[in-house]
Amino acid sequence: MLALGALPLAASESNLLAARELMAFTLGFHIVLASIGVAFPAIVLTANYIGLKKRDPDAMRLARRWSKVAAVTFATGAVTGTVLSFEFGLLWPEFMARFGDVFGIAFAIEGLFFFTEAIFLAIYIYGWKRLGGWAHFWSGVPMLVAGIGGAFSVVTANSWMNQPQGFTLDAAGKVVDTEPLQVLFNPAWSYEVPHMILAAYMVAGFLFASVYAVGMLKGRRDRHHRLGLLIPLTIACIATPLQIFWGDVAAREVADHQPAKFAAFECIQETGPNQTEYLGGICTDEGVKGAVGIPGLDSLLVGFSTDTVVTGLNDIPADERPPANTLLHLSFDTMVGIGFGLLALAAWLLWAWWRRRDIPQTPWFLRAVAISGAGAIVAVWCGWIVTEVGRQPWIVQGYMRTEEAVTEAEGIWFAFAGVMLLYIALGATAILVIRAMARRWREQGDGGEAESPYGPSTGSSA
Amino acid sequence: MSKADLCAAILWIGATMYAVFGGADFGGGLWDLVAGDAEKGKRPRARIQRSLTPVWEANHVWLVFILVVLWTAFPEVFAAVMSTLYVPLTLAALGIVLRGAGFAFRKSVESLPAQQVLGASFAVSSVMTPFFMGTVVGAIASGNVPPEGNGAAFSSWLEPLPLLTGAMFVASGAYLAAIFLIADSRRAGDAEMEEYFRRRALGAAAVAGAFAVAGIFALHSDARYVFDRLVAEGLPLAILSALCGLGVLAMLLRRQTRGLRPLAILAVAAVIWGWGVAQFPYLLPTSLDIASAAAPGPTLTSVLIVFLVAAVTILPALGLLYTLAQREMVGESSE
Repeated sequence: MLALGALPLAASESNLLAARELMAFTLGFHIVLASIGVAFPAIVLTANYIGLKKRDPDAMRLARRWSKVAAVTFATGAVTGTVLSFEFGLLWPEFMARFGDVFGIAFAIEGLFFFTEAIFLAIYIYGWKRLGGWAHFWSGVPMLVAGIGGAFSVVTANSWMNQPQGFTLDAAGKVVDTEPLQVLFNPAWSYEVPHMILAAYMVAGFLFASVYAVGMLKGRRDRHHRLGLLIPLTIACIATPLQIFWGDVAAREVADHQPAKFAAFECIQETGPNQTEYLGGICTDEGVKGAVGIPGLDSLLVGFSTDTVVTGLNDIPADERPPANTLLHLSFDTMVGIGFGLLALAAWLLWAWWRRRDIPQTPWFLRAVAISGAGAIVAVWCGWIVTEVGRQPWIVQGYMRTEEAVTEAEGIWFAFAGVMLLYIALGATAILVIRAMARRWREQGDGGEAESPYGPSTGSSA
Repeated sequence: MSKADLCAAILWIGATMYAVFGGADFGGGLWDLVAGDAEKGKRPRARIQRSLTPVWEANHVWLVFILVVLWTAFPEVFAAVMSTLYVPLTLAALGIVLRGAGFAFRKSVESLPAQQVLGASFAVSSVMTPFFMGTVVGAIASGNVPPEGNGAAFSSWLEPLPLLTGAMFVASGAYLAAIFLIADSRRAGDAEMEEYFRRRALGAAAVAGAFAVAGIFALHSDARYVFDRLVAEGLPLAILSALCGLGVLAMLLRRQTRGLRPLAILAVAAVIWGWGVAQFPYLLPTSLDIASAAAPGPTLTSVLIVFLVAAVTILPALGLLYTLAQREMVGESSE
């Protein structure tokens, strides 16, 4: 059943690389916005709840402003997400033709959650003025559920690619039967899905907090900024230790079920017990160069004993080894390193709060928070590099190679260049727009919104 | 009806919702594009923006819905369409990015030049996106998508019928948008805008009708199978659409607004279902039919279950959003 050569391998190497780069770039862009989409509801509803419950005007103002920012990020995320669903077909038509009816089930469910989120987000972000306080609050709750449900559906589709099951192939390699529950609850979902949902909460939480940390470093130390820092930061700091626990679980599962991926990102050349855990360095055929090695730790982490045998790349057939081992290894180390850095930040906050009911007073704390958002984003990118590049050469582990899946269409490099320029413009404009909004809020208060297009906001019609 | 037929019907329901609500959003963009300079176009643009803001994102989820149902229930059709019509599909996707970003960003910036650049991005792509999607539909109906995929990258859609279908998509969106904007203007008590969009609805109706008639001739020469069934099994739907279209024209001329929207929606929906009936049982006429393109049974069952869940959860939620939007309980100037 493995890798049936039913399809011609007509696509050039060049197309494969271009399609992979394009997919990686657009996915990397979207994942930041998607993370905000998943976790924003919890952050904004927390502020909204505090605002309503304690009649706190600062918290209410934060919730209102965040929902205006979310209108921009959600719109951008919706279009970049739509682009991805086009790309599935445009870049990987053979993958879709062969397995669309298997993992598509997860996306069909995702459609439900995407609808729910789009509808209730619209009601929530445009319902501030006319809906009553608590009715408005509750209109936001479905989007919280939908964010988590949507993340489950999309990530479980990816985890199916890592540990595919729930389908039967005929002799020609065509899917002739499916078991939807086996697809949805493939073995990898239980570690991939929580890992990504927690990552989303960390990205959004640290990112929102870092904006207010920058403001406080500029001397804006009012209650508005303090609260704006604390609400998202607290949520992100709760997620961080859970994330490290789940990341540890995920790594062990990968070691068990995708040994090639594990060996590649840990740079394990020879199968055996007592494997060294390498931090940093360059992976070569003769082992790791320039790394800090901790003898036995890798085996200990995988099987809680230094006697644990870990598969090395020597036991993986040459044509099934992931490419770019150094990239994988450094991505993994960067992700883990950032994770522990953020854990230290969380511990710092917890300690200060326990001692003095306040955030740490040193500007170094604010500086750390200011870069935490970018750090969380880099960690997510590194994580996706590990899981996606680490699965290569497979698109569906053990069943379909990425080179079999890729399109024969011409001009993928051209499309890649065009999309890169377009997305850079898109990202830059989104940031400029949000910064302009923030500047307007500071200068004019909350009334200064552009109300009618192509005209000064004062002369709004109707 | 088999499960596969039901899934095809779901696809057509999604296409209808997208053509009506997504189409009207695109149409709003077209009217924004042709509204004139900043001073002259200020009021219609403000009306369009107020009407679109709370609903456009939900309306466009239908596109994702169509793509996902297509690739899940009929994966080979999805792959064949995507690998053949990648040029118009890429251009449509580009339009989606420019349109969504342009619209969302425009109302968050204040300087006039920035609003104009973003507005132009929104408005131009509102025409470009439905046009290229229309060419995709026309190319499928013409039988230019081979079931194994990788069909001709350009000649598959650079033909009279696909190009005409693209133009018809643009015109029908403009027509629906104008009709919806008449009702929105009326509710806002803005008689001037009501008249403004009434005149445009009349124009768009005439253009869309002309494209529809030209389309029938193009079907006759480029898509004989579809034509033959349209004038046989599909005839009642074609007649229904024509009658609804004429009814809308008459009501517009007599300045009647009651029942205008349902009639206009029905005119467009009847065309979509007429197309469906006409190419039945084929998804890719005349080479791949619904039964042979269908996914295994359990997958189809999953799609049906998802659709039923959507019918009892998403449709009421959409209804709530539209009701709140109509009553301006949700809307832009929300500070």
